[in-house]
Amino acid sequence: MTDVRPRIRLPRSASAGDSITVKTLINHDMETGQRRNSAGETIPREIIHRFTCEFNGVMVIDVAMEPAISANPYMEFEAVVPESGEFVFTWYDDNGEVYTATEAFEVS
Amino acid sequence: MQHLKPARSLALASACVAALWSGAALADPDLTADLVIDGELHIVTRAPSDDIITPNLPERYSGWLFRSEDTRAMEMDDFENPAMIAVEAGADLWTTVDGTAGQSCQDCHGDAEESMRGVRAMMPHVNEDGVLWSMENYVNNCRTERMGAEAWRWSGDEMTSMTSFLSLQSRGMPVAVQIDGPAAPYWEQGREMYYTRYGQLELSCANCHEDSTGQMIRADHLSQGQISGFPTYRLKNAGIVSIHNRFRGCIRDTRAETFAEGSDEFRALELYVASRGMGLGIEGVSVRP
Amino acid sequence: MLTRRDTFAIGLGASAVALLPATAFADAVEDWITAYTGGAAMEEGGVTITAPEIAENGNTVPVSVSAEGATEIVLVATGNPTPGLGKFTFGPGSGAPMIATRIRLGRTQDVVAIAKMADGTFKTTRVEVKVTIGGCGG
Repeated sequence: MTDVRPRIRLPRSASAGDSITVKTLINHDMETGQRRNSAGETIPREIIHRFTCEFNGVMVIDVAMEPAISANPYMEFEAVVPESGEFVFTWYDDNGEVYTATEAFEVS
Repeated sequence: MQHLKPARSLALASACVAALWSGAALADPDLTADLVIDGELHIVTRAPSDDIITPNLPERYSGWLFRSEDTRAMEMDDFENPAMIAVEAGADLWTTVDGTAGQSCQDCHGDAEESMRGVRAMMPHVNEDGVLWSMENYVNNCRTERMGAEAWRWSGDEMTSMTSFLSLQSRGMPVAVQIDGPAAPYWEQGREMYYTRYGQLELSCANCHEDSTGQMIRADHLSQGQISGFPTYRLKNAGIVSIHNRFRGCIRDTRAETFAEGSDEFRALELYVASRGMGLGIEGVSVRP
Repeated sequence: MLTRRDTFAIGLGASAVALLPATAFADAVEDWITAYTGGAAMEEGGVTITAPEIAENGNTVPVSVSAEGATEIVLVATGNPTPGLGKFTFGPGSGAPMIATRIRLGRTQDVVAIAKMADGTFKTTRVEVKVTIGGCGG
């Protein structure tokens, strides 16, 4: 696969204190460790095993992911935005890599 | 009924069982569904047939109509459509300098939204030398002849990302391939292939996609085999599938030796199959199971 | 993915094949759930799973789950090689105890959701998702 690129979608606007729908997608094979290659050897597991979302340092959701989460993992959830600030999204890869994305959000 | 060869009777038995097994609970294709992307862009999924190209089809249907509600919904939202990952990768490749000439696609072609608009809708197309080329050929020709870069593999990540990005620039435009003039012999060759039975199962494209549209094949609905949605994000592959890759899969499933991606045969077949979808909207990057 | 030979097996002996894996997987699923709840009793209901009755492809099945008052939800697949799908812990910034994601289901099976409530009790519900054998090359 090419570069890992997180995608985030937030609503265009919200009022302070609203709950908003957050959608995230990241490209990743989520190799299960169950498959075999053409030579019959097991392809080692390599998944994103954890995903977190924080808003202004407050934890929104913390997900422990298993190999049965589909490739290119998609997560949709609700977050409260008491004030304007910044979302931080973090994905933890089995290979030790950590992918982060930040997104500013303004409340009205 | 004629005596069936063992392989075929087995395949039929398996298909029948699968149909009985879960067919009752599967929704029939919803031919009234509207394909609207992000609530804004309407895409034509039903187009009138004609007596020249598709005399045996009552109407032309996008494969999108044959899919389940969940799969259809995934294509209706650009965020939920996983093919957009490939489109974004293709957009990056568009501006990436590669090769000995030190140039990117953008350096010659500028903004793809303008310069590439409509290109996908007229593919495949006969080039200046009279040879029928798929979009992949045009891309690789630029790379090797103008950029001094290496050709990409037909169904490699870079190529499918680029064709996804290019297709998106024609999204919603009707399929409008040229089938007359210099294209005529290629189109005839493609039509010949479409009605030729291949493989141990002795199946032609038409057997499934013309004679049996809407019927079950195992637990799935047979579509008309339109390619207006390609490149497509196939849930099974969790990745982008090219037109020729899908052709390979179909011919392999007839238990035949398949043609190679990019071969003369597949380019001719691509032209003929594309023409069968004349008037259908290019879906840019579709989602299929 | 199923091979053509598997398809024949299902076609020719659907009932026999269906019975075997169910018992083989049951223990692993039960162990997994017990490990999570500590063996505590679970109240049926109070959790909503939205999933297709029939998934067109088991490789990418959209599923969402919500449970009013939950601090954490786990999703379990009863017929996969490994039972766990994910554990979703809702922090103070969460707007609602809900999650939507896409999962892999190896065959027709029940998906179980267990919600851990703020008082430490558990609620659970399950839905069956039928996974079809695709048409060509599926």
